[in-house]
Amino acid sequence: MNKSTEGVFFLTGKDFAKAGVASSNLKAILEGMGVQPDIIRRAAIAAFEAEVNVIIYAVAGMMHYSITSGMIKIIVQDMGPGIPDIKLAMTEGYSTAPDYIREMGFGSGMGLPNIKRSTDKLTVNSVVGEGTTLEFIINLNKTA
Amino acid sequence: MKLGEIKEILNAVVLSKNGDMELEIGRAYCADLMSDVLAFSITNSILITGLTNSQVIRTAEMADMNAIIFVQGKRPDIKTISLAEEKNIPLLVTDFSMFGTCGRLFEKGLQGRSNRDK
Repeated sequence: MNKSTEGVFFLTGKDFAKAGVASSNLKAILEGMGVQPDIIRRAAIAAFEAEVNVIIYAVAGMMHYSITSGMIKIIVQDMGPGIPDIKLAMTEGYSTAPDYIREMGFGSGMGLPNIKRSTDKLTVNSVVGEGTTLEFIINLNKTA
Repeated sequence: MKLGEIKEILNAVVLSKNGDMELEIGRAYCADLMSDVLAFSITNSILITGLTNSQVIRTAEMADMNAIIFVQGKRPDIKTISLAEEKNIPLLVTDFSMFGTCGRLFEKGLQGRSNRDK
């Protein structure tokens, strides 16, 4: 695969009906580029968790993707409450989500750990009261 | 196991138009926590759940799962069914409980995630 592409999706907080649309579109782009299915699955899972986080917690956000021959890089930036303790937020099972989010099947404290699990590199930057930026990378040419 | 066999075992009703009963199902994963599905499910499997919102369809889509079974007779709304049809994910509903559903399928040989699965 020697094509490259990049783009951005805009996300609106609390718009649960659209949760997953950006990740679904990203998945379709990766499929169109002929990326390996297992790599697409990891990227889609990480993107979806990040997208759901923005919709749950933030007012708005954006998902920027760039796909090159070597990697898929996704940056999800939001205008949200920020994460006071990133280490704690990375702990499986730790969540601050309200009950109605749990009733939808999310907010079990697996979002960030899932993103880390599905990607090759995850960086989290957050400022309380301003927002959070996640940057994650999935390598494309892994030598298995 | 074919999706049609699963339908028979569970006395299930197909909710979506795209119910290809010849679809081969390798494994099953059951959860109401979609993050658990994203973390631990495997591809080409069936999702058994008691949740009926559109996030279930999205989760199955992202995790490359083949079909969804809703337990306890719970039916998703028409928008959720339409989304599943668009994504070509067959939806079935059974009156059995989550435990009853899993037990019946396990008894007939359908397996869950193996420790060897990554």
